[in-house]
Amino acid sequence: MSGREEILGRVREALSVPSHAGVKAVSGEGVRDVREARGFLPDGGSTTEARLAKFRELAAKLKAEVELLPDLAAAGMYLADLAKKEGWRQIASHRHDLTNPALESLGVPILWTDDEPSTADLEKVEAGVTSCEALIAQTGSVLVTGKGCGGRALSVLPPHHVVMATLDQLLPDMLAGFDLLRERYRDQLPSFVSFITGASRTGDIERILVLGAHGPKRLTILILEN
Amino acid sequence: MQDALHGYENTRGGTEATFGDFEQARQTAAAIKWEAIENLDTLLGEFADKLEARGTRVFWAGNGKEAVDYILGVCKEHGAKNIIKSKCMTTEEIHLNPALEAAGMQVVESDLGEYIVQLREEAPFHFVFPAMHLKRDRISRIFEEKLGTEPSADPEELTMIARGVMRQKYCEADIGISGANFAVADSGMISITENEGNARLTTSLPKVHIAVLGIEKVVPKLEDLSVMLQMLGTAGTGQWLTAYNSMIGGPRQPGEVDGPEEFHVVLLDNHRTKLLADPEQRDALRCIRCGACLNVCPIFKNIGGHNYGTTYQGPIGSVITPHLRGLQSYKHLSFSSSLCGACSETCPVKIDLHHHLMRNRRNAVQEKGGKMERWMFGQFAKVMTHPKRYRGSEGLMRFGAKLWQPFKGRKLDPLKAWTASRDLPAPAPKSFMKQWKEREREQAQERGEDPS
Repeated sequence: MSGREEILGRVREALSVPSHAGVKAVSGEGVRDVREARGFLPDGGSTTEARLAKFRELAAKLKAEVELLPDLAAAGMYLADLAKKEGWRQIASHRHDLTNPALESLGVPILWTDDEPSTADLEKVEAGVTSCEALIAQTGSVLVTGKGCGGRALSVLPPHHVVMATLDQLLPDMLAGFDLLRERYRDQLPSFVSFITGASRTGDIERILVLGAHGPKRLTILILEN
Repeated sequence: MQDALHGYENTRGGTEATFGDFEQARQTAAAIKWEAIENLDTLLGEFADKLEARGTRVFWAGNGKEAVDYILGVCKEHGAKNIIKSKCMTTEEIHLNPALEAAGMQVVESDLGEYIVQLREEAPFHFVFPAMHLKRDRISRIFEEKLGTEPSADPEELTMIARGVMRQKYCEADIGISGANFAVADSGMISITENEGNARLTTSLPKVHIAVLGIEKVVPKLEDLSVMLQMLGTAGTGQWLTAYNSMIGGPRQPGEVDGPEEFHVVLLDNHRTKLLADPEQRDALRCIRCGACLNVCPIFKNIGGHNYGTTYQGPIGSVITPHLRGLQSYKHLSFSSSLCGACSETCPVKIDLHHHLMRNRRNAVQEKGGKMERWMFGQFAKVMTHPKRYRGSEGLMRFGAKLWQPFKGRKLDPLKAWTASRDLPAPAPKSFMKQWKEREREQAQERGEDPS
């Protein structure tokens, strides 16, 4: 068995000879600090309006649906409508300040992941309704964690993922997303963090886009104005 | 394949244009990976410590066999029968699947492309798009044959067949095995980039998750991913970000509702430290396996991935395989290059790929400069620098080729080493000089001039 010390020893020995300057020069004198490098990446927008416009633009490209709704009551009505259209018989969610009131009067049985249902049961539901940690304008992503958003499986196993967010959760870029996680969880980051960017997709057959390869076929994002 | 790669270039171009400054972003990505490789010892130690502090078991594997033995041990300890895998080139490198199957376990690749090549019992054609060489009819046929499904010419229907099969497999699986795209040192997390969601399911549902990754995957800080993930998406597929970019920092933690009970991380050396010890070429360890250099390589575009006979194809495969598996056995890959530099130009972390190909050539010759080869090149130079000798050699060639015909490909073929896996083009019946002269003469005759 090599073990940690043996491999780290080999690494140290290998690095005792400095890198060839000529080879290093090829990659140039880049800006190392990701905060300084922020401007090199796609822009997320500096105002809420700009961010929302960017988020909508990217969501449209990703074939994700974005709905801006005035309040929780409107979200409840929107979900009831969705339930009727898609013929939901059972859905899954987790207990949260946004999901609880919005799902209260839906009239569809709800599997709560807080009660730790079996994988087999969770696999049968038609939709998973979750909160999120943040929305990212730069990439059109939904930032979720295993701790804050109903676990790892809820946002990937059901065929339709519905996200509930508030407008003030819309952040400019991924870096702001990481900053938020650090601030919220300190050094106890959840064991699972994911940037969800559109529904599950594949291009493995002739590079033709197909949605719903393994995860959700549909992604709906409800943004509440307050 | 050509169509698919052309489509890639178009989408990637569009995505690059949305960057504030793509070239500068590339330099930042390059700098992040330089820092990671040059501080690999401290960063790897930090990565492992952070993981272990939250209940992850970290195993350091010196070579492929140690990694395979450890994984087999974990599987046996749990009495595992069904293993689900999400795409992981590192496990291809250590030939994990045959070992698990030999131990009586059923192994299923969940990535659609990888599943298709698994059913066909062949190696991935491209390390990002494993089944890019197959048209839909061949995929339909293999599904018909192996799964008993109805034929279909619709990519969506074919995808849904695989989805149906996999849903069952995820629920049955005892253990999920994944790779990782990045190992984040300061927070002890692995990062997985994917589109299908199969890696998320593989790492979420089974009771045990094993991640297998090379020691070079490190990035120093979680925030570094804000650059790296977008570079990987853009360079890999042309998407600004793939559908799922997930970070995993341990098994299920207190206060969480799901996730595996056990999380194992296998850190693999397998000759990577040998490459690290080369101060000229260690920069190849910065590779993030986006596959961009394959997509733009004129050699890859013409010969495809299987002809490399390696786990990692294309320019990056030609650069690193000699270090991982022996220079003399894999030096030919560095010679099979036009040295056009398209790979270096497209690389999102600015690896000096085409110069590394030259360095491999130089090292191969220095290490084993054959006397015979030197003598032959000496003769070649003599012939090529004297017109008379050159013309004389032409006749000899044609004569020799005729003599050779009956022996071609047979036991007594003196050129067997070459013809076993290659064609030898026949010499042209007439040389260019001769054709030119004849043409001149004909034209002169047409013009009614004296043909002298």
